[in-house]
Amino acid sequence: MNFGKKDVLKDVSFSIIKGEIFTFIGPSGSGKTTLLRLIDMLERPTSGKILIDGTNVTKLRDRAKIQVRRKMSMVFQKPSPLRGSVYANIAIGLQFRNVNADEISRRVSESLELVGLEGYEERKAITLSGGEMQRVAIARAITTKPDVLLLDEPTANLDPVATEKIEGMIGDLKKRFGITIILSTHDMVQGQRLADRIAVVIDGRIGQIGTSKQIFYQPMNRAVAHMVGVADILDGVVTENEAGLAAIDVNGVRIAAGSGVSPGTPVTIYMRPEDITFYEKDSIRSSARNKFTGRIIEVVPMGPMVRLKVDAGVKLTAVITQRSFEELGLALGKETELTFKASAIHVVERTDTD
Amino acid sequence: MNEIVEGIRQAIQLIVSLNPEVLDITARSLYISLSATLVASLIAIPIGGFIHFKQFGGKRGLITIIQALYALPTVLVGLLVWLLLSRSGPFGFLQLLFTPTGMIIGQTVLIVPLMIGMTLIALSGVSQTKQDTVISLGATQLQTVITIVKEARFAILGGVILGFGRAISEVGAAMIIGGNIKGYTRVLTTAIALETSIGDLPLAIALGIILLLIALIVTALLFLVQER
Repeated sequence: MNFGKKDVLKDVSFSIIKGEIFTFIGPSGSGKTTLLRLIDMLERPTSGKILIDGTNVTKLRDRAKIQVRRKMSMVFQKPSPLRGSVYANIAIGLQFRNVNADEISRRVSESLELVGLEGYEERKAITLSGGEMQRVAIARAITTKPDVLLLDEPTANLDPVATEKIEGMIGDLKKRFGITIILSTHDMVQGQRLADRIAVVIDGRIGQIGTSKQIFYQPMNRAVAHMVGVADILDGVVTENEAGLAAIDVNGVRIAAGSGVSPGTPVTIYMRPEDITFYEKDSIRSSARNKFTGRIIEVVPMGPMVRLKVDAGVKLTAVITQRSFEELGLALGKETELTFKASAIHVVERTDTD
Repeated sequence: MNEIVEGIRQAIQLIVSLNPEVLDITARSLYISLSATLVASLIAIPIGGFIHFKQFGGKRGLITIIQALYALPTVLVGLLVWLLLSRSGPFGFLQLLFTPTGMIIGQTVLIVPLMIGMTLIALSGVSQTKQDTVISLGATQLQTVITIVKEARFAILGGVILGFGRAISEVGAAMIIGGNIKGYTRVLTTAIALETSIGDLPLAIALGIILLLIALIVTALLFLVQER
């Protein structure tokens, strides 16, 4: 898919299951919005096809196109209130479909109730706050009882309180109506919270699709790993493997990991920084297989957490709570002991293209 | 100086006493320019809508030409329409030269480019997101156009008011096409030009005051509309 000279999406191929919450996560400009727009048929792909419920919608025009589009609804990043009252805004989709006035009135009240804005009918839409307007936009979208609901970064412009309300609403919609929900967000954690399955979109390509566990703990390549906060990425070679427990040599350091990969294979190992635990020197009692001594070479406070870089023969990034940091008496330059489980490591065979 | 002060005093007298000639000229000006504005709106707004919503080649070029036509000198429009309506012209058989209807045609031609341009600006002022929202809510092409035009209605109205302002204040086309015939095609602008040139100050000033008032009302209306 390209706009003029720029290729916005390349080699994209995937399917979405009916009734699931499917999330595209990725940085701004990665192509997530374009994907949603293509699904909603606001744009036509320059090549390839899109099947909705088995119908190839890519070549549809006029009446047929609108028929399919009317089974979907989209909520945009910026709510765009139309002139007039909240009622007028929500009713408009039904008015396009020539639904009678009584039915419209009933459904609008229903939708307002669903989004927690009862009694807002007569308010002028442009006087609402961002969070309220976004809820009206959602009410507007669901009033037409779509099979598919698309949301493009729905909470990107909202404060945390409003965001939480809307996330709750999204989960609710799935439970109550079984709508297929397709969401895009650049907030990793939101993707993790809401989605049944996630697709990581980087630079117009899909890096990986999977459940949040798979994406966040078993990234397939560096690009995806960086995106989801897997900060420890190391290249090494498998030296031994016994019954699924592999020993991997990384720069002379021996790391134990759960993996079936055979000895001699070059691999990349991935680990989340939260999986590293620290101990006071000479006091380790854990059963973890990976025990190292290292020197703290960087300390970055992050609110209630602290991010550390430790040199233990290999450079590792770890995240621990501020409290732990203080209780262990850790500091820049100090030597400390750290461990992580073999099961915390995700091993991927290294190919030259990684 | 005395002559001028005396002229102003007599002018106010003419207005306050509802002088028949003043009323006649004012009423005709309003009739001609309002009619031209109405006809021009019926032509310009749909054309503007079509240009805005349809994709077609040469769109840029067309818009540039329309914008260039804003600055068309009124005498040129007058000349053009005169040529079309004169006895030797293609529409001579209609015998519209030197008639109020001919003047309406002239002013319509004059303001249509401006109103198309203003309509385009008004519609462009509706964000792409809003347009996408309307489309994604399942609107047919017609429903989309109507909804977006409704969203832009105040800006479009602004264009209409601007068009009226231009029509009622122009002299060139009204003079050439109308001929400034007393009691028939004489309007505010052409009358002021004539009366000033023959030195009848009170009437010229009276008509000038009225024209000024109309201009102020137009400005005030524009201001109100832009607030929405």
